[in-house]
Amino acid sequence: MANQNDELIIGSRSFKSRLLVGTGKYKDFNETKQAIVESGAEIVTVAIRRTNIGQDANEPSLLDFLPPSDFTYLPNTAGCFNADDSVRTLRLARELLDGHNLVKLEVLGDKETLYPNVIETVEAAKTLVKDGFEVMVYTSDDPIVAKMLEDVGCVAIMPLASLIGSGMGILNPWNLDIIIKNSSVPVIVDAGVGTASDAAIAMELGCDGVLMNTAIAEAQKPVMMAGAMKKAIEAGREAFLSGRMNKKLYQASPSSPISGLIK
Amino acid sequence: MNIFINGEIKSYDQNNLTVFDLIVDAGIENKKYAIECNGHIIPKSKIKETYVKDGDKFEIVGAVGGG
Repeated sequence: MANQNDELIIGSRSFKSRLLVGTGKYKDFNETKQAIVESGAEIVTVAIRRTNIGQDANEPSLLDFLPPSDFTYLPNTAGCFNADDSVRTLRLARELLDGHNLVKLEVLGDKETLYPNVIETVEAAKTLVKDGFEVMVYTSDDPIVAKMLEDVGCVAIMPLASLIGSGMGILNPWNLDIIIKNSSVPVIVDAGVGTASDAAIAMELGCDGVLMNTAIAEAQKPVMMAGAMKKAIEAGREAFLSGRMNKKLYQASPSSPISGLIK
Repeated sequence: MNIFINGEIKSYDQNNLTVFDLIVDAGIENKKYAIECNGHIIPKSKIKETYVKDGDKFEIVGAVGGG
């Protein structure tokens, strides 16, 4: 039986779903919406980009399909390679979303791997926290950097499990474990999940949530995968809270009585 | 007067052009957007009283799908 009071608390907000989803790479806005509704996610990431000038005033936008009243928007800094561009982007996002201050900071360091530049990330986080933002931060799986980001006031630490969009799964369970044990703010795996078992593994490790986009959007049936991810997150969380049995290496233990066998 | 909007040059003849006029011209007055002039955000509450000057560089952004 699931714990009904098991809420995910991020900064000043609380959530029931521990699955956070991106809104990119879908076939169209309809598919985006269907998949996100099926996922049960409450937090959805969006990117901030130049608007098409001279567009048809009736042209639908993402916000028409996913109304900000129904979801918690998490504007990101995808594509930013330094602290200044990231801060500038998120200040625009705050203006765009009428003062909304929960944001995802990601400062990239390399176009091929999309690995984060953690030095610029820490600088940007300091500025944003001082400016009143609640910062959820994408970072590497370095426990020292994770702690630094927590110490400067980030409300959630979001280490990669493998490269963004790679679907390679949870390659660093030991590092994630150290980060989780040292953190007093939520730890959310951001990047690398490829399928439902990856999400369950992250949650069984004790992660507080998982953020994913490509694993759902690039599945052959994205809406069905969104449902699978929802179940995997819930199953992994409940398994973590249940406390798994101890592993007994090379020691079998029968589940049936050893007495009363017929002779 | 020549100004830049999202990197593209635009020419306007009229004087007393406000930032709100630019937003209407862009067809986004009913959309969610944020606008920056020369690196500084112009709050939506100020766009009708902020005038456009020759050489101004505007960035107008919206939210799009992303991870």
